[in-house]
Formats: sequence, structure tokens, C-alpha cells
Amino acid sequence: MTILVYTENREGRLIKAAFELISYAKEVAQKTNARVVALSIGDVNRDELMKTANYGATRVVTINDEKLSLMDNKRYISVVAEVAEKEQAEIILLPDNTTGKALTPGLSAKLKAGLVSGVASLPQSYDPFIVKKKVYSGKSIANVKILTDRKILTLPSNSFGVIEPESNGEPQIEEFTPDADMESKINLVSMNKVTDKILLSEAEIVVSGGRGMKGPENWGMIEELAGLLNAATACSRPVSDEGWRPHSEHVGQTGKVIAPNLYIACGISGAIQHVAGISSSKCIVAINKDDEAPIFDVADYGIVGDVQKVLPQLTQAIKAIKEA
Amino acid sequence: MKILVCISEVPDTTSKIKHINDNKELDKTGIQWIINPWDELSLTRAIELKETPGSKVESITVVHVGLQDSEPTIRKALAMGADNAIRIDAQPQDAYYVASQLAKTIASMDFDIILTGLDSADFNGSSVGGMLAQQLDMASISAVTALNLEGEKILVNRDVSGGTQTLEVQPPFLATVQKGIAIDPRIPAMRGIMMARSKPLEVLEATNEVTPLTEYVSYEVPPPREACRKFPEENAKELAHALHNEAKLI
Repeated sequence: MTILVYTENREGRLIKAAFELISYAKEVAQKTNARVVALSIGDVNRDELMKTANYGATRVVTINDEKLSLMDNKRYISVVAEVAEKEQAEIILLPDNTTGKALTPGLSAKLKAGLVSGVASLPQSYDPFIVKKKVYSGKSIANVKILTDRKILTLPSNSFGVIEPESNGEPQIEEFTPDADMESKINLVSMNKVTDKILLSEAEIVVSGGRGMKGPENWGMIEELAGLLNAATACSRPVSDEGWRPHSEHVGQTGKVIAPNLYIACGISGAIQHVAGISSSKCIVAINKDDEAPIFDVADYGIVGDVQKVLPQLTQAIKAIKEA
Repeated sequence: MKILVCISEVPDTTSKIKHINDNKELDKTGIQWIINPWDELSLTRAIELKETPGSKVESITVVHVGLQDSEPTIRKALAMGADNAIRIDAQPQDAYYVASQLAKTIASMDFDIILTGLDSADFNGSSVGGMLAQQLDMASISAVTALNLEGEKILVNRDVSGGTQTLEVQPPFLATVQKGIAIDPRIPAMRGIMMARSKPLEVLEATNEVTPLTEYVSYEVPPPREACRKFPEENAKELAHALHNEAKLI
């Protein structure tokens, strides 16, 4: 059996989620006696592709085609489907991010392979194939059975973790040229790259501000702590609706759903819509002046107090620890 | 230009989610059903585009897969400003089943832009739009945050891994949309509600040639989080130490 892992790259390097997916695939492979094949589309350093072996891949299919420089869903779906057929993949893994959301539904329909997105743990059973996923915005967990031989899963970033790499020799690398249909109806007008910031969807630590921050002029505090922790910044819905912060930072229902290791909520009351976006965080810290705020129902640690006073103190204390 | 907006109905976000029948199904008692928030935003944008002076948008159709009890949700979409509606008479089974029902119906129709929500607030699968595009063999653009008609051009903004892009797209295409495409959902005015009653709502028979790819076997309530450990206001230092020594996160 083959598990095909879609490894995403940025600026010639595989992103962390790629290694996390391979780690997950390795665990599944051990239980199902399968091999792990990594698929890489784009111009990726050979050293990076080599590294996949240390996490469990024995083979890499790499495609470097100019026509794939722009993500055209249809093209990409054709290419991934072609590789899946060629490698006879029974399980296909993609990240649960914009790329996974763009490709997996079409891939599922094309291959008639059952798709479960946002799978946060190893399968409950393999025959029948049952996985758990959060539904109703995190208020319930469903056991989903995939009825087809071929299965597609997406994993949220940071949900499974990256295993400790071990030296495993080199993977077999095949440079592949797909013959999938290459016609496209979309043209790139402009691209705005986010290179200087930690991506919210991938961040291990997120510092987030709500209406309690009082105004955009106070975001320096959020950014300072985020910088110190190598964290991404986020916000609650009223903050982005007011235009204090861009919509891309909005976390919650209809915004981004994230699962960082640490989520620090500053001046966020914790409306149910917000909690829907953060409930998979491993640890939640809340700073809010209202002791009754619902954010404290989901928080692991909290401070009841004025965020404008508490946040600089917290930043100072963390700085002291970092410097020690 | 004709726009089709696919809508699903989901429990209102504040609804308490419980399960019955040995945790095999949702307890629908007391649940308020609403248009899926992502779909509501896409419909809102379609209406905004149609209302723009000199707009090329001739009509907005909404389509929904569901049984008769979902008609109030469809009427709400008409009250918001859709021109006509189609209900495909079937109990949704999984995303593939819904997408296939939609594809069978839409295949013989003529739309320039199809909008679906990027995600849904029930099964959170982000699936139907992409599956539908694939079955219609149509171009799809995912995670769309803006849709603008500028002269002959159709421009969309989308999120991609590591940034945002503006694309020029030739119709027909399908876009799965998210927040940003519109900010606040359109709230139906009384006049809209009155007009919605007489707008056409066509009920079409479902095909029985479609089988789902997945099955929701059972549900469980997530374990409650442990009680919050609170520190006094002046003791941010202690919190920092707990995060360092106890949680080992910083």
C-alpha cells in the first residue's frame, strides 16, 4: 500500500506542515504496512527533498514545471490525481490550509475518493477506515467512515506534531513530467507575498487582540509580545470589522480556524464564534478585565485585569525568562 | 451575466449541539436553522454586484439541497435579494452527495459565476464547492476574499499559502468565498421579505444515481477543558513562569 503526502514548499524549502504530514504518514504506514511517497511540486532544493527520508518517506516524486508556478486548482488536481494513480496511492494526505482546501475537494470528486478534512488524530480503525474530526464549529466530534478504497485526509497544522527525525539514508527521487491537461482560465494580476511575518495558519504561538485593546494604536503591545515569542498576530471579529486589523487576521467562525500550541487572547471576551476558531489550541491564555468573560471557560491560564497594564508586564516577564 | 449561489442551512452558531439515537444523529430540538454564514456572505456580494449602477448581473439564483423543511432558509435568501431559487429535494448525506446533486442539476443550466462558501458551520468540510467545480469540469478559485467586475474584466482576490493574489478570471467559473468578499451579511428588509413570498422557488427531484463517499457514524461531545488557573492582575510574572516551567510552551 502507498500513502501519498503532498509536501508544500515556500521559497525553495518545504514548510513545516510537510514534515508533519510525513510524520503522520509514517505512523499510519507502520500500522498498515505501507510505504510513504512524498509529492513535491515546484523548485525545491534537493537537500530539502532528501530530508523527507528522515521523517519516513522512502520515495519522492518531484515536479518542476513552469506551468505550475500559478496555483490553478484544476491543473493541480489533475497533476496530483495523475501521481496518485501512478503511485497507486490508497491514502492521500494534504495540509488543512488554503492549498488543501483548494485541491482536496476536486481531487476527491475526480478520484471518487472519500475526503475527510481537518483530521486531528490517527485513524480510529483501518478496516473499516474511521477517523475523528471536529464538526459544528468544534462543539461536537464526529467519527467518519470513509467508504471508498482510496482515501483523502487533511491535517490541521500543529495538530499532530513533527516526529524526531532520524537518519534514514536517502529517498528515491523521481523527477516526473505530468501529462495532465494544462489549459488555464486564470491569469495572475498581482501577488502580495507575506514573507516577513509568521503565517497565522502555521504559527505555533499566536498573540491575539480583541476589542479590549481599545484601538489600533495599542497593537504595538501585541506585536512586541508576538515578536518576542516568534508568534503570529491575530484578532477577534469586531477588531477586523472595525478595520483596526486586516481581515486576514480574524480568527473564529467565518475567519481562520487555528490550532496553535499556545494562544494568548488579549482583551477578547470569547464569544462562541471566536472560540470556534481557537478551541483546538493546546493551551489558551486569557487576559480580560471581566472575570465572567466566557474566554475563561476555555482558557487554561488567565489573568483578570486590565490588558493594557497586564500585557506589558507579561512581555517583560517573558523577556526576562528568555534572557536568563 | 447570471450568478448562482449555493446555500446550505446550518444550526445557528449559538445553538447547543446535542446528539440522540445512541449519538448517531443531531438532536434538532430547539435548533435555529440559518443560512451557512459563508454562503450568506457570498449571496451578499452577489447582491451588491447586481445593485451596482450599470451592473451586468442579470439575475441571482440560489440553489439548495434539502427537504421541504428547509424552505424558510431559502425564502430568507430570496428576501435578502436573490431573484429565484431552486431546491433539490433530497436529504443531504455527505458533501460529495450534495455536490453531485448540484452538479446533475446545474450541468444543463447556464451560469457565468457560481459562488459557494469556503466552509460550512455544520460539518466544517470545505468540500462542496471544489467537488462541484470538478464535476462540472469548471475552473475553480478557492479562498476568495474579493470579487469585482471591472468593465469586461472579472477580478478576484484569493488567499494562497504565503500570501494573497489578484487574478483575472474568464467565466464560467466557481469561487469558494470567505470573509472579506463581504463584511456584514445583508439583512432582509420588510419589502424584501414581502417580495420573497412571490419569487419563484422551483423544486426539482433528486437523482438516485449518487452515492456518498463517507458516512458519519457517530458523534461525541468533546471533553471539557480543565478549569482555568487564574493569576492576580499584578502577577503576570507568575503566569510567565507557569508557561515556561509547567506548560513548557515558552
